[in-house]
Amino acid sequence: METVLLYLGYFFVSLGAAFLFLGAFGIFRMPDFYTRLQAGTKSSTLGAMSLILGVGLMQPEWFFKTVIIIIFIAISNPISSHALARGAYKTHQKPLTDTIDAYEEVTEENKNKNEEE
Amino acid sequence: MENVSNISKLFYTWIILFIVWLAFTSTLAIEEVVTGLLVSLIVALLSFRFFTGTGLGIFAPKKIFYLIQYFFVFIGALIKANFHVAKIVLSPKLPINPGIVEFETKLKSDFAKMVLANSITLTPGTFTVDIVENRFYIHWLEVSVTDEESVYKEIAEGFEKILLKIYE
Repeated sequence: METVLLYLGYFFVSLGAAFLFLGAFGIFRMPDFYTRLQAGTKSSTLGAMSLILGVGLMQPEWFFKTVIIIIFIAISNPISSHALARGAYKTHQKPLTDTIDAYEEVTEENKNKNEEE
Repeated sequence: MENVSNISKLFYTWIILFIVWLAFTSTLAIEEVVTGLLVSLIVALLSFRFFTGTGLGIFAPKKIFYLIQYFFVFIGALIKANFHVAKIVLSPKLPINPGIVEFETKLKSDFAKMVLANSITLTPGTFTVDIVENRFYIHWLEVSVTDEESVYKEIAEGFEKILLKIYE
């Protein structure tokens, strides 16, 4: 049983490391801020989660603590990436796009409203 | 779900904090459990007003069933999308088509909207830029459709169907 858990742990840690590498590689390859944010924060969610889960499987007495850490990552990670994206847009960082930017009209409307006031 | 009594909120907070305590100590020794009950009661008394919007109603068996279903739907979407983004990053041509799309949600409570936005953000390839009342603005790595209906179907429908049953 213990060896099974150990090898499962190895598997999850390697998977996590691979996804974290892909996240870093994505930051290097993507063309603009928002797409880099996609690669950097997202590939790494599964990366960090499965790495920590792997550690929890290798050390069964830590298992529940690692589950708590995973839940905290799942709660805090999206909030930070959302804050970064919104902050970037508010400081006029235009997204690179060929198709659609639906958010633009909202910020324009707000700007006009503020000027009227 | 607007008027949740304070007692219900307090007990909900107490239970959740106590579960976290049990997970951290990983033991059922009597002194640990008693200390945990006391400490989590004190913290719950200080923080229950801000901790939850739902109260004990969330522990109804039907809702627990949907919460578990949501968990599996979410994990499935997370893994699928992670492999998808990994494929994009590794392919030499970098086949991306980024853009910001919008759709309208049927969810009413703020907490449910937050859960939906966080789920969308955690699934790679999409993240929530902003929520204005009930419109979501989503940055999408591979825009395949731009009209609201199909965007909603593509990104949010799977999550929202279950969230509507849990929170509304």
